[in-house]
Amino acid sequence: MRLQKNTSLALYSVIEFAIDPARRISAAEIADKYGVSSHHLAKVLSELARAGVVESVRGVGGGYRFSGNARRLTLMDIIQLFEDFDPRARERREPKELTAVDMALGAVLSEIDEIAKATFSSITLATMLRLIERQQSGATTAAVRQDGERTAVRPGIPRSRDRKSNGRRKLA
Amino acid sequence: MTGLEKRSYWRSVYRRYGDAEQAGRKFLVADAGGRVVGFVIGEVRDWEFGSQPCGWVFAIDVRPDIRRSGIGTRLLEAICASFRRAGVRKLRTMLARDNTLILSFFRSQGMMAGLFIPLEMDLET
Ligand SMILES: CC(C)(COP(=O)(O)OP(=O)(O)OC[C@H]1O[C@@H](n2cnc3c(N)ncnc32)[C@H](O)[C@@H]1OP(=O)(O)O)[C@@H](O)C(=O)NCCC(=O)NCCS
Repeated sequence: MRLQKNTSLALYSVIEFAIDPARRISAAEIADKYGVSSHHLAKVLSELARAGVVESVRGVGGGYRFSGNARRLTLMDIIQLFEDFDPRARERREPKELTAVDMALGAVLSEIDEIAKATFSSITLATMLRLIERQQSGATTAAVRQDGERTAVRPGIPRSRDRKSNGRRKLA
Repeated sequence: MTGLEKRSYWRSVYRRYGDAEQAGRKFLVADAGGRVVGFVIGEVRDWEFGSQPCGWVFAIDVRPDIRRSGIGTRLLEAICASFRRAGVRKLRTMLARDNTLILSFFRSQGMMAGLFIPLEMDLET
């Protein structure tokens, strides 16, 4: 399974919102952080809003805020908004035109897809946030070991005010 | 972890695991004021695939009417503590791919895909 750029963008955005559900974030801020155009991101965010994952905030600056249930919402719920999983969508030929090679390759590829789907369906946003925390404390311990001092270490996810200093990140 | 009722299977499980804590076998129940509301079954195995001894969880179940209140988590914590006391540093389980509920539960506890991939095939008769 290869996720399209919009899908990864949606995942990054939703996590960004869910980390701090009370916080209003503008499309421009996320677009800037991930090096995409605001126009491009706006489409992703309005799809997320349509699905009720985020809600738009009126007023100065506008933007969005998390409005989903992090304990119930899975990565698959978000991915499904942007990807078409119907195998027929990928296969443009009629079933009777398929050769044994097509079918054998199809079987292997769908094995991979099934595992991917099971994985995405079993990870809620709450689980994802815990995973991020664990990565941070892992990174923290590693860093502590490296420079041997505790105080200098800060977790990896930037808080709102020092977001800029962390620079841009490109989506893969 | 199939969710099917298999009475004789469970009876034999009880015989093997219910009786004391022998040979690294664990059978823990969650007790709420005298009522059994959940259980977990596992075992320490040290012979598999040349790997380090590890704690296997075979089954975990919480009464449907009181799920989502942390009992599953406490059962798993309890069996992990008992594995740790037995010197084990790794927890494993094997789950049906389409059982999203139980997969979500173990994921929430921090479990990730391991180094092994289960394979199987039908044997022709
Ligand atoms: C899986 C099971 C043991 C979990 O027990 P539980 O007491 O509800 O678990 P907890 O309350 O500790 O839940 C811990 C986390 O697991 C995850 N989880 C539990 N149920 C979930 C569900 N229905 N959907 C998504 N995630 C779920 C959540 O992340 C939850 O944390 P949260 O409530 O803060 O969101 C229980 O649901 C069960 O017995 N299911 C049937 C298992 C089965 O098929 N057994 C067959 C024999 S092995």
